[in-house]
Amino acid sequence: MPDTDTKASTGPVQETIFRRNMRNFVGNRLAFGSALVVLIFIFLAIFAPLVAPHDPAETDLFRRLQPPAWMPGGEWSYLLGCDALGRDILTRIIYGARISIFIGAAVVLVATTIGIIAGLAAGYLRGWVDMVISRVVDILLGFPYLIFAIGLMAMMGPGLINIIIALVYKEWVIPCRVVRGETLVTRELEYVEAARALGASGRHIMLREILPNILSPVIVVSTIRMAHVIILEASLSFLGLGVQPPTASWGAMVSDGRAFILQAWWVSTFPGIAILLLVLAINVASQGLRDAFDPRFHE
Amino acid sequence: MSAPTDKTLLQVEGLRTVFETRDGTVCAVDGVDVIVERGECLGVVGESGSGKSVTFNSVMGLVRSPGRIEAGRIMFEGRDLRALNQTEMRAVRGRDIAMTMQDAMTALNPALTVGEQIAEMLEAHDKGLPSGRNARRRAIRAHSVKMLGLVGIASPETRLGQYPHEFSGGMRQRIMIAIALASMPKLLIADEPTTALDVTIQAQVLELITDTRAKLGMSVVLITHDLGVVAEHCDRVMVMYAGQVVEQGRTADVIMRPKHPYTKGLLGSLPRLSLRGQRIEPIEGQVPELIDLPAQCRFYSRCRERGPECLKNIEMRDAGNGQTARCVRVQKELAT
Amino acid sequence: MTANRDSGPLLSVEGVSKTYRSGRRLADRLTGRPETFVQAVNNVSFGIERGEIMGLIGESGCGKSTLGRTILRLHEPTAGRVTFDGTDLGALPDAEMKAMRRRMQIIFQDPYASLNPRRTVAEIVGLPLQLHGLATGRGALREKTAEILEKVGLKSMHLDRYPHQFSGGQRQRIGIARALVSHPEFIVCDEPVSALDVSIQAQIIQLLTDLKQEMGLTYLFISHDISVIGYLSDRVAVMYLGEIVELGSVETVLANPRHPYTQSLMSAVPEVDRPGHRSRVRLTGDLPSPLAPPPGCKFHTRCPLAIDICRQKAPVAESVGPGHTAACHRLHENLSLLEQEAS
Repeated sequence: MPDTDTKASTGPVQETIFRRNMRNFVGNRLAFGSALVVLIFIFLAIFAPLVAPHDPAETDLFRRLQPPAWMPGGEWSYLLGCDALGRDILTRIIYGARISIFIGAAVVLVATTIGIIAGLAAGYLRGWVDMVISRVVDILLGFPYLIFAIGLMAMMGPGLINIIIALVYKEWVIPCRVVRGETLVTRELEYVEAARALGASGRHIMLREILPNILSPVIVVSTIRMAHVIILEASLSFLGLGVQPPTASWGAMVSDGRAFILQAWWVSTFPGIAILLLVLAINVASQGLRDAFDPRFHE
Repeated sequence: MSAPTDKTLLQVEGLRTVFETRDGTVCAVDGVDVIVERGECLGVVGESGSGKSVTFNSVMGLVRSPGRIEAGRIMFEGRDLRALNQTEMRAVRGRDIAMTMQDAMTALNPALTVGEQIAEMLEAHDKGLPSGRNARRRAIRAHSVKMLGLVGIASPETRLGQYPHEFSGGMRQRIMIAIALASMPKLLIADEPTTALDVTIQAQVLELITDTRAKLGMSVVLITHDLGVVAEHCDRVMVMYAGQVVEQGRTADVIMRPKHPYTKGLLGSLPRLSLRGQRIEPIEGQVPELIDLPAQCRFYSRCRERGPECLKNIEMRDAGNGQTARCVRVQKELAT
Repeated sequence: MTANRDSGPLLSVEGVSKTYRSGRRLADRLTGRPETFVQAVNNVSFGIERGEIMGLIGESGCGKSTLGRTILRLHEPTAGRVTFDGTDLGALPDAEMKAMRRRMQIIFQDPYASLNPRRTVAEIVGLPLQLHGLATGRGALREKTAEILEKVGLKSMHLDRYPHQFSGGQRQRIGIARALVSHPEFIVCDEPVSALDVSIQAQIIQLLTDLKQEMGLTYLFISHDISVIGYLSDRVAVMYLGEIVELGSVETVLANPRHPYTQSLMSAVPEVDRPGHRSRVRLTGDLPSPLAPPPGCKFHTRCPLAIDICRQKAPVAESVGPGHTAACHRLHENLSLLEQEAS
C-alpha cells in the first residue's frame, strides 16, 4: 500500500482545484502581466469608438505620410503618424484590434467547439467514427495551413465570414487531436466505467464525465492557437485576401506601408508591433495558464 | 529498548523526520528508536502514514527536501551515519546497507540491462575485484550470474542481457533483491517487497529473502503492512502508528499477547477463515493528521480503552520479556 | 421475461467466454503477422443464489475482473449467456439493459480512479437516482443521497465536497453509496478492499456485510485475498488463467481443497494464526502469458503433480462432493500437496 493516504477529510484542503490553479497563475508575474496586455487590447477593441482619437476612415491628404509626433513634422494629436491617405495610424490600429481579436476569438471558439465534438466522438465511440475523423484530420494536417487558407479564400472570395470559415476549416483539427487523445485515456478510467455501470448514456458520459476532466488542456491549447490564428488573419489581409478596405486590419496596414517603407517606416512598423505585442502576450499568458492548470506540469 | 551490545548492527535513537508542506510541518517520524541485531529479521508494521518507510529512508539518507531529519542518532556499527558526508554515505549505501523498493518497475532503470545494473553496483562498491580490465569484467560477470542464480532466476547467463520490462513483476522484485545483495550488504532493508505481487509469487520472494539471510548471515528489516508476513518471517516486530513506535518485542509475544490497543485492533481486524460468522471489530476512525498533534496518546481518538490519563505524552513502557508498548495500561509481567 | 422469478439462481452464468483481439497495426498486417487473441475468460459457468456471497478468487491477470465486468455487460461476452432473474441479459436491447443496471451494480477497487474528480459527492452519488428517475426535484434528490451517505457512515455535510477532500476509506464509502443508492439486488464487488489499509479494510468489510443483511443484497465478491473470501463468502470459485478450476462452499473448498492450484494458493497465504515456518507448496515460475496459454491443463507448467496427460488434454470439471467441483486429471488419486492436513 503506498504511503499516500495521510489526508483526512478534516484537513485544510477545502480550496477548490480551480482556485488553487488561479492562485498559481496570478503568482506567475510574467504570465499575469501578459494577460493584462491582452485584456487592454480587448478593452481597446470593444470601446474603439470611444478611445480612438479620430475616425478610422477620415482621410486628409494634407497629412499624407505625416511622421509620428516625436519626429520633425509630427503632431501630438496624431501620435503614431498617418498613412498614405492621411488616416491616423493609432486610430486604425485600435480599430484593427477589433478585426484581429474578433476573428481570432471567433475562429478559435468555432474550431474548439467542432474539435471537442469530433474529438469526443472519435475517442469515446472508436470504431468507424474514429477511423473517419482521424483520416480527415490526417489529410488536413498534410496541407500547409496558409496555402490551404489562400486557396479557400480564392474560391470563396474575401469577406469577414469567409475568413472565419477558411481558418476554421483546418483549425478544428488541433483541438480535435487533443480532445481525442485525452478522451482515449479518460474513457478507460474507472469512474467512466462506473457511469456506464449505472446506466448512463454515451452523451452523458462524454459531456458530463469526460469533458469536464479534459477541458483544461483544451482551453490552454486554444488560447495558444488564438495567437496563431491572428497571425494567419494578418497574413491573409497582407495578401489582400482578408477584410476589404476601407476596414482597418493590421495585416492590410502592414501591406499598405510596404511601398513607402523607406520614406515612411511608421506606416508598416506600428501595426507590425501591434501584431507582435498581442501575439506575444497571448503566447506568454497561455503558457502561464498551461503551467497553472495542466496537472501534468505540477511538480 | 535494551542497551546496545556488540551484537547490535543498527541503532536509531530519537529519530525525528519532518516535511514542510503548505499546510504546516508534518512530523512523519517522531522520536523513533530502532535496534537491529546482527543476523536477525526485524518486521516493521504499520499502515499508510505510520512513518515506517520514512524511518528507513532516513536511515539510508534518502530524505529529500521538503523533508529533513530534525533530530536523532543513526548508529551503524558504531558510526553515526548522520555525521557522514555525501561521499561517505554513498559508500555505506549499497555496500553496507542495501534497500529494495516496493515498486520494482520504477526502481529499476528501464534503459539498462539487468546485467549492467548489477555490474554498476559492483563497480561502485568494489570488493576485491581484480584490477585487469578483462579479468575484472569476467569477475563481475561471474558474480552477476551467481547473484541471479541465487534469487532463483533460470538461465541467468542469457537473462543478464535483458531489460527490466522483459521480466514479470515477481522476477523484477527478485532482480532488485539480486542487485541489493550483489555487494553482500550487512543489512537489507526490504520496503514492502511483496505488496505488488500475487500470493504464490509473494511466498517465493519472502522465502528467498529468508534463505539468503541465513546463507549470507545478514540482517533484514522487512517493512510491511501484512501481519501474516511478519508472523512467518520475522524474529522481532515493531508496530508503528502515526509516526511513533507503539509496540515492539519478539514476534510471537507481540502477536499472541499484544499490549497496545492498536496492535490488538490490527490483529482483531484481520479477516480470517476461523472468524466466519463472527463480527470483526474494526478500529473506527482514521489516522490523525500529523500536523500540530496535541500532547496526548496518538491513538486516543480511536482507542476503546481510552481514559483521562491518556491525555499526555505517553512513553514506551516495559511489559517484560523485552516487549514494550506506548500505553499507560501496560504493566510489567513476570516472565513465565 | 420474469417467468423464473424467485425460483432458481438470481444470476446464472453459462459457458461465458471473453476474448480480446490484440490490435494489429498496419506493419503487422503488411508482414502478415497473424492476429493474436487473449482469452481472458474461457467457458465459465456458475450460478449465484439470492442473498448469497459468491467469492471469486485468483491472481492478477487470471481474468476475474473481466468476468465480473462481462457479467454486468460492461464488456460484451464473446460466447455464453448471462441470465439475471430469469432475463437473458445478452438479448436485452440497449434501453432495457440501461434500465436493468438499476438492479445490478459494481463497486470498484481503486477509490481514487473510480470517482470523477470534477463532481461533488452529491452529483456522484445522486447520478443513479437521476438516470433512473428515482427522485424528482432537487430536494428529494439531496434527501435520498444524504440518506444513503448516512448508511455508509458518511454525513450529509459531505454532500458538496469533492472526492480529493476524502481519505481512501471514505472514498470507498462514497463508491459503495453510489452503487447502493438505486437499491440494486446484485453487486459485483471488484476487489473493494485491496487498496485499503488493514484497519480501514476491516471497516469496509464490516460495512459490506452489514449492508448485505440490511438491504438483502447478493454479492459476487472478487478478491485475490483468500482470508477475505474465507471470512465473508458462502461459496467460492477459484480462477486460474481464465478458467474456474474449483468451485464449492467455502467450508469444503478451503478445508479440503482438491485442485493443486487451490492447495498451493492456500499454503502461500501467510497467517498470523500459524506463526513460524511451515512447509510450503513451492510453485515455481510465474503465471504464463495469457497471449500464449499452455496446452492441456493450463496449470501444468507450475503444477508439482503434472503428468503427461496434463500437458495434452484439458481436464473437465467433475463433482467431488455435494456442490463441490474441480477440474484436474488426478482428482481420484486423492493426492494432497498440503502435508499438515494429510496426517
